[in-house]
Amino acid sequence: MISQFFVLSQRGDNIVFRDYRGEVPKGSAEIFFRKVKFWKEDEAEEAPPVFNVDGVNYIHVKVAGLLFVATTRVNVSPSLVLELLQRIARVIKDYLGVLNEESLRKNFVLVYELLDEVIDFGYPQTTSTEVLKSYIFNEPIMVDAARLPPLGPAAMFMQGAKRMPGTAVTKSVVANEPGGRKREEIFVDIIEKISVTFSSSGYILTSEIDGTIQMKSYLTGNPEIRLALNEDLSIGRNGSSIYDYHSSSGGGTVVLDDCNFHESVHLDSFDIDRTLTLIPPDGEFAVMNYRMTQEFKPPFRINALIEEAGPLKAEVLLKIRADFSPSVTANTITVQMPVPSYTARASFELEAGAVGQTTDFKEGSKRLEWCLKKIVGGAEHTLRAKLTFSQESHGNTTKEAGPVNMNFTIPMYNASRLQVRYLQIAKKSKTYNPYRWVRYVTQANSYVARL
Amino acid sequence: MAPPIPAPKTPSPSQPSGKSEVTDLKLQLRQLAGSRAPGADDSKRDLFKRVISYMTVGIDVSSAFSEMVMCSATSDIVLKKMCYLYVGNYARCNPDLALLTINFLQKDCRDEDPMIRGLALRSLCSLRVPNLVEYLVAPLGAGLKDGSPYVRMVAALGVLKLYHISAAMCLDSDFPATLKSLMLSDPDAQVVANCLHSLQEIWNLEASKSEEASREIEALYSKPVVFFLLNKIKDFSEWAQCLVLDVVSKYIPGDNNEIFDIMNFLEDRLQHANGAVVLATIKVFLHLTMSMTDVHQQVYERIKAPLLTLVGAGSPEQSYAVLCHLHLLVMRAPMLFSSDYKHFYCQFSEPSFVKKLKLEMLTAIANESNTYEIVTELCEYARNIDIPIARESIRAVGKIALQQYDVNAIVDRLLQFLEMEKDYVTAETLVLVKDLLRKYPQWSHDCIAVVGNISSKNVQEPKAKAALIWMLGEYSQDMLDAPYILESLIENWDDEHAPEVRLHLLTAAMKCFFKRPPETQKALGAALAAGLADTHQAWDVHDRALFYYRLVQYDVTVAEHVVNPPKQAVSVFADTQSSEIKDRIFDEFNTLSVVYQKPSYMFTDKEHRGPFEFSEDLASLSVGAQSAENVISAQRYQENDNDLLLSTSEKEENGSSAHYGSVPSAYSAPQALTEAALIDHGSSAFTSQSAFAIDDLLGLGVPDAPAPAPAPPTLNLNTKSALDPGTFQRKWGQLGITLSQELSLSPQGVVGLTTPQSLIRHMQGHSIQCIASGGQSPNYKFFFFAQKEGSSVFFLVECIINTSSAKVHLKIKAEDGSAAEPFSALFQSALLKFGLP
Repeated sequence: MISQFFVLSQRGDNIVFRDYRGEVPKGSAEIFFRKVKFWKEDEAEEAPPVFNVDGVNYIHVKVAGLLFVATTRVNVSPSLVLELLQRIARVIKDYLGVLNEESLRKNFVLVYELLDEVIDFGYPQTTSTEVLKSYIFNEPIMVDAARLPPLGPAAMFMQGAKRMPGTAVTKSVVANEPGGRKREEIFVDIIEKISVTFSSSGYILTSEIDGTIQMKSYLTGNPEIRLALNEDLSIGRNGSSIYDYHSSSGGGTVVLDDCNFHESVHLDSFDIDRTLTLIPPDGEFAVMNYRMTQEFKPPFRINALIEEAGPLKAEVLLKIRADFSPSVTANTITVQMPVPSYTARASFELEAGAVGQTTDFKEGSKRLEWCLKKIVGGAEHTLRAKLTFSQESHGNTTKEAGPVNMNFTIPMYNASRLQVRYLQIAKKSKTYNPYRWVRYVTQANSYVARL
Repeated sequence: MAPPIPAPKTPSPSQPSGKSEVTDLKLQLRQLAGSRAPGADDSKRDLFKRVISYMTVGIDVSSAFSEMVMCSATSDIVLKKMCYLYVGNYARCNPDLALLTINFLQKDCRDEDPMIRGLALRSLCSLRVPNLVEYLVAPLGAGLKDGSPYVRMVAALGVLKLYHISAAMCLDSDFPATLKSLMLSDPDAQVVANCLHSLQEIWNLEASKSEEASREIEALYSKPVVFFLLNKIKDFSEWAQCLVLDVVSKYIPGDNNEIFDIMNFLEDRLQHANGAVVLATIKVFLHLTMSMTDVHQQVYERIKAPLLTLVGAGSPEQSYAVLCHLHLLVMRAPMLFSSDYKHFYCQFSEPSFVKKLKLEMLTAIANESNTYEIVTELCEYARNIDIPIARESIRAVGKIALQQYDVNAIVDRLLQFLEMEKDYVTAETLVLVKDLLRKYPQWSHDCIAVVGNISSKNVQEPKAKAALIWMLGEYSQDMLDAPYILESLIENWDDEHAPEVRLHLLTAAMKCFFKRPPETQKALGAALAAGLADTHQAWDVHDRALFYYRLVQYDVTVAEHVVNPPKQAVSVFADTQSSEIKDRIFDEFNTLSVVYQKPSYMFTDKEHRGPFEFSEDLASLSVGAQSAENVISAQRYQENDNDLLLSTSEKEENGSSAHYGSVPSAYSAPQALTEAALIDHGSSAFTSQSAFAIDDLLGLGVPDAPAPAPAPPTLNLNTKSALDPGTFQRKWGQLGITLSQELSLSPQGVVGLTTPQSLIRHMQGHSIQCIASGGQSPNYKFFFFAQKEGSSVFFLVECIINTSSAKVHLKIKAEDGSAAEPFSALFQSALLKFGLP
């Protein structure tokens, strides 16, 4: 049970403020913001999502640069409140098409309408975008999506990828197309966040994939959908699961450690043919989340070397190789490498003919940063840097540098090889043929190479 | 990261502060109030929007109240909603004006559109104006019977809102009874859920005042209601499912078959994508299986995968909440997670509060099979550029070393840290090496060789400096230049501001003096002189110097015996949290308690705690009272979870791995002396124990009373009596002490009383239930209660037992004074049978 809900901008302004129970004194938003801003407890510099000030519990999530906050005096379930906050953000996004400060400010009356129905007296009522439709009377005022910075994992489809209709993820569930007709379409995104740690000798220490099959449906009339996954998909490792009747040594099989499903998903035939059946509700939601620690081929290999070149100098060599098909291109790649704290200057030397690459030495945090606009599959890129130290190193520069970490996004690539074999929509008539988009994307979560 | 905080409320174009804007708005509203001109509604919408946006930023627009109400006569639903929002916000501060709104809200409550009826009813109940409650009753009554589920849903929570404005009005109108029947009959799941929300909150708040409320709560958690809700669970929204699961977690099943039925039925909830549903389900599973060791362990195994998936799936905030729960489980049963250690490796992008939790988990689950990998990984973090995490990682390595038997390799790693020559790494490492030496003196040779090379000039942090000085004093015979280092430190006494360091300097000089008198004499003299002159900050330093000075003067041999006696190695460093506290946090699974790692009474006010949670009054009376939830289900908690986990370790023949968070006495060496004993003692001084010590002193002062011959019991007790802690506490406060007695426990009883649970179980066999217990050997404290068969008469007992003196101190409070004597006899005879075959 929550007492208040509010959304703060990055500067700490109230954009929306709703008091459901009147138990928490005024000024809670300011107390909260000050606390988050100047967090200094437990040696940490970042406020945890849940904290208590004078008997009031503040629970918050950050979405699109905004702070979604709930307060309560009761010993509630933190998961419930955090899930609820996240869901409120998602519902608002469903209605406004784009979630950011501007869209929220323009549509705050609509947001109040939503909040009235989502929570009553602090108790969650419904967060179903579809059910809420009948209670919402304000028309969303659209903001121009094109000039907004991309938000959320699905937003990556907006840039570059010409195959995709860019407006898809920014369309409101209630707004009509200019022609007054709604376009029948459905999006299924397989989004994977990968974490890999390489040892100094290039050996993979740990690897994990956290994946989501995300759906966003603009279909009218709630048709049933069948989503077929790899036939040889197996769930549960070490043969401990009842599902595990395949031999996992067969090479081609995809073995998930575990997964969970949205409540609309029927698993009746999942055990037999790996098909999910569901009637997708309106708006965006995760059909399935999964986790995989089975070994997979990492998309990038990183080689990093730091060598002393005199008492006050060292040379760094960074090399990345894209270990995937040339038909795929990774974009927005960042490589960072911390260098010894006594590094005073760094000069860079890019490879000959380098295009779309930038380098920087972050003086404050003492790291080298190398950004690449894109990397085509199979390509290899190298960066050399010369470091100048302000004091003599003690022969252990390697120990004081690293680890190298990398960020990237690879559209139309998935590391787990989990596939949507087909997406079937129950037909209402012969002419009914909605657009369906199945898209894959892989992102780095924690991609680290040690020195 | 984010831009700096804005100056407090300076007028800016977007945030008008002035009254002129509000006056202007009022004027415009008044002009539009009666207008039926086309487009009037649109203009009103714009004006209303401005009013609401001012309200949002915190500008007081309450002065426009009457104008807003005047404009509210409209059929435009968007306008209506904005008006409702405005009225709900300001009615409380303008009770007189709020009366103006009653009329149109009441009219709207009878509208033909169910949505208008619902919205109006919701607003009407949200006014929070006490003298308007009379207008609420009729619309609420009608709302609960409305044909539209939307209206009933609103009405069900409306009852709760009414209760908060006027509890008497709500109860007198018999709304709770209506809600109860609605809950069991309404076809709409959200109506059912809202009825349950309201009933739970109302009865929980009433429970401290009325017996009836306690019975109603029991009824809510009874089999028919619980099974009714369970059968409907898939109709509920995910949020309402959490509510139902919470109710189920409070239910006490009749037998094991029921437990398995419930668990099988809820099994698929563990695959839900909503983490709140999964955690609520896990709570049910954990609580149901408390008394079944094997199954309880299977539950741990079963919930691992779903929890890990949730950690990876959601936003960082969501994974944090889940990780906190995983942390709790790992700390309770580290050995069950020892093969999953890789999941707790820190990821580069994680915020430090997540990394911290993971480091603690890694520390806890380290055992023979995985220590090498874990320590290797931790050593990588020690090089991290995130300094707090680097420090934390070094501490983790040290803790692992302290809990392992084979510390060989780890000591090497720690010593390597010293070679990194980073100040903070050196500082953390020194503190650890000191602790390590206190536990494993046999390593002194290797450690001293490395520590001797550290220049004290490179050590600045007081804690680290104190550690270094301690080692210099303790091992001065092995460190050639120890007296000289100490001497130079003493010379710079004035630059050393931390009392901690000065105290250690004094002691180290003394120790060094006993071993190498000629070299140290001068330095000791200087230290004592400087200490005696130290009256500026802490008197501790002055007092210690004076004490040492007199001691040395009196007799050097005695002084040596006092300051530097032969030491036993410390076997177990004290745990920071008592096991009672940990148990209570576990009982409060899936609440904020888990995130804060504190039981709820430490961070919530009284009125926001359910009656099923202990308030600090009772908690401070008893030594770490058990949580209420396990009190109502005393039968279920026969097995303390600690026992469960210990038996697990035996099963795995894993006894050698030190078990974090277990009872210290299980591991401490028979005679842990001097420092060890001091430290163990000091740490177990959990706040409320001081009260206990006094009890104990008083207990000792009372002369031996011969145990009275147990009178034949003439009283029959209800075998299934139940009492919730709120009521217990109320009764305890109301009743005077009927009987107060002192008796001796049988020797067998003393032997049998190793944990409070053993006695609790025994007394249950005599129909005497325990509501709270606590303490550690030799002092235990219990609160018992019993009920006279076939009546509502309760007996309450406070029972303090000291096992070293075998004394029992009883305070009995009886609701029926005449029955107190027979009850006391019965209680004593039951108690004296404890431990007898």
